[in-house]
Amino acid sequence: MTTINPDNKFKVRERLDKGVNFLLAISIFIAFATLLALIFDILNDGWKWFDWQFINSYPSRKPEISGIKAAFFGTLWVMSITAILSIPIGVCTALYLEMFAEETRFNRFIKLNISNLAGVPSIIYGIIGMAIFVEFFQMGRVILAGSLTMTLLILPIIIIASQESIKQVPSYYLDAALALGSTKWQAVIMVILPQAIPGIVSGFILAMSRAIGESAPMIAISALVYLTFLPSGPLDRFTVMPIQIYNWISQPQDDFRGLAAAGIILLLIMLLSLNSFAIFLRDYFQRRN
Amino acid sequence: MSYTEYTKSRRLKEKIAILILKSIALISVITTIAILSFLILETFNFFTTEMEDGGFVKPWDFLFGTKWTPLFKPQSFGILPLVAGTLLVTVIAVTVAIILGLSTAIFLSEYAPENLRRVIKPILEILAGIPTVVYGYFALTCITPILIDFSEVFGLSMIIFNALSAGLVMGIMITPMVSTISEDALISVPQHLRDASYAMGAKKFQTAFRVVVPAALSGIAASLVLGISRAIGETMIVTIAAGSTPNFTLNPLESIQAMTAFVVQISLGEAPHGSLEYTTIFAVGLVLFLMTLSLNIFGKWLVNRYSENY
Repeated sequence: MTTINPDNKFKVRERLDKGVNFLLAISIFIAFATLLALIFDILNDGWKWFDWQFINSYPSRKPEISGIKAAFFGTLWVMSITAILSIPIGVCTALYLEMFAEETRFNRFIKLNISNLAGVPSIIYGIIGMAIFVEFFQMGRVILAGSLTMTLLILPIIIIASQESIKQVPSYYLDAALALGSTKWQAVIMVILPQAIPGIVSGFILAMSRAIGESAPMIAISALVYLTFLPSGPLDRFTVMPIQIYNWISQPQDDFRGLAAAGIILLLIMLLSLNSFAIFLRDYFQRRN
Repeated sequence: MSYTEYTKSRRLKEKIAILILKSIALISVITTIAILSFLILETFNFFTTEMEDGGFVKPWDFLFGTKWTPLFKPQSFGILPLVAGTLLVTVIAVTVAIILGLSTAIFLSEYAPENLRRVIKPILEILAGIPTVVYGYFALTCITPILIDFSEVFGLSMIIFNALSAGLVMGIMITPMVSTISEDALISVPQHLRDASYAMGAKKFQTAFRVVVPAALSGIAASLVLGISRAIGETMIVTIAAGSTPNFTLNPLESIQAMTAFVVQISLGEAPHGSLEYTTIFAVGLVLFLMTLSLNIFGKWLVNRYSENY
């Protein structure tokens, strides 16, 4: 039988502890390095293409004169209509579920249903939007069909964020308003909702930034189109930035890859500014409370 | 108008307002019904539309067939190659996410001081916010060339569009999700368990891996299940980087086609309404929907289990 010197055992454990610490730090470093590599890769490929000519031109077969204008305005159109549709529906649903819905089996089912809808893959929303809006309602592959599909896609996110935000308003706000003789409706609309708005807004911005980057459902709605005009109304055909980027990625020539990277730069600038605005709002109001 | 009349009319108005809210809340239920009914309806049409050789696709052949050639003759609709492609990419992605996401979660909850957390959390949030088409570009133009160089060193042949590159990048994509859910589970492990472990003379890594992680296991499992579901439903990375050849293979160096990538491939071509190609995407979509739905329900059940324990 060998005896183990307890001092040695402690040393081994000491080393193991440091080793584990090191390994954990390395895996975080990998995530960080990937992010840096991704940004470097995109800037490296796309920077020389990223200029005013690129932003202000329509797509073309010649990469030198090709640009993202049609897709940029398509994204603006789709997102504006999506915002107009999704905010009222999302906030009303959240208010009903958090403030007015009784604990019936059906209302529990609605809540469960919303959390399941949030997990449905986006491409499914795309083909369902195509089946319902494009084919069943005969809209065609137009902006409105895209916006309606996008609304269905981001509604669960907006509802859940709004519910969280409404839940965080302390219950004595409601009690105080009721004690002063207001009805429940007045208390909810005039007291609870204003308190919850910052959280709702930041949830909404995050949902919009997810929608701006979504490609798959938009491909199902709009397919690949070659547009050299700006859409002038919700019933025009459209393309959005992620579709245009995907289109350029799938071209074999290197120059189009450069255009794709330039498109990604523009997309990331938009998303980063939206996200940091949402995070700023959240932190600002957290500190205020 | 008397006071009672006033309150009466106000009550009526509020009742109507709440009713309106309720009917708006029903939109989400209608959405679910629409998703299910259109998927099932078009899948039914898929099985009753004639193939080019005049026959029909049999449900058995669809679910267990190993040849997927919907676009050229002889047509064959066995979905297994697509499922295998999806699962191959998913397994690679989840392996990456277990290593990166779990160690990030453990580091954040057990090791990292507050100021380091404040650096790491935003990085994860940025990674979570990057659109998938960007990850696809990154996989194709940065990871794939590196992998091809590596495979040449080992004398392996690797195709530009391959499952490995897509899987690795998808793993990075789901890492933030896995680490956030796991971290929540780890943090909710009561402090007294850690204190007891330290009091017994355990080191930090022993406490972390033998006490905290086992206590949070169902939450960690939930994060992986939800991560798998996310990976199965992910579209753009596999469409861009993994190719569009429905090979029935488990070799990560080969080109494959995932279920989602097939749907995109058909959608790009604007398949005419009612054609066999058009209904095919709904049949594939239904399989995809059922897979992700069951994983999501299972994952949420796991999450609720650990939150009940403490």
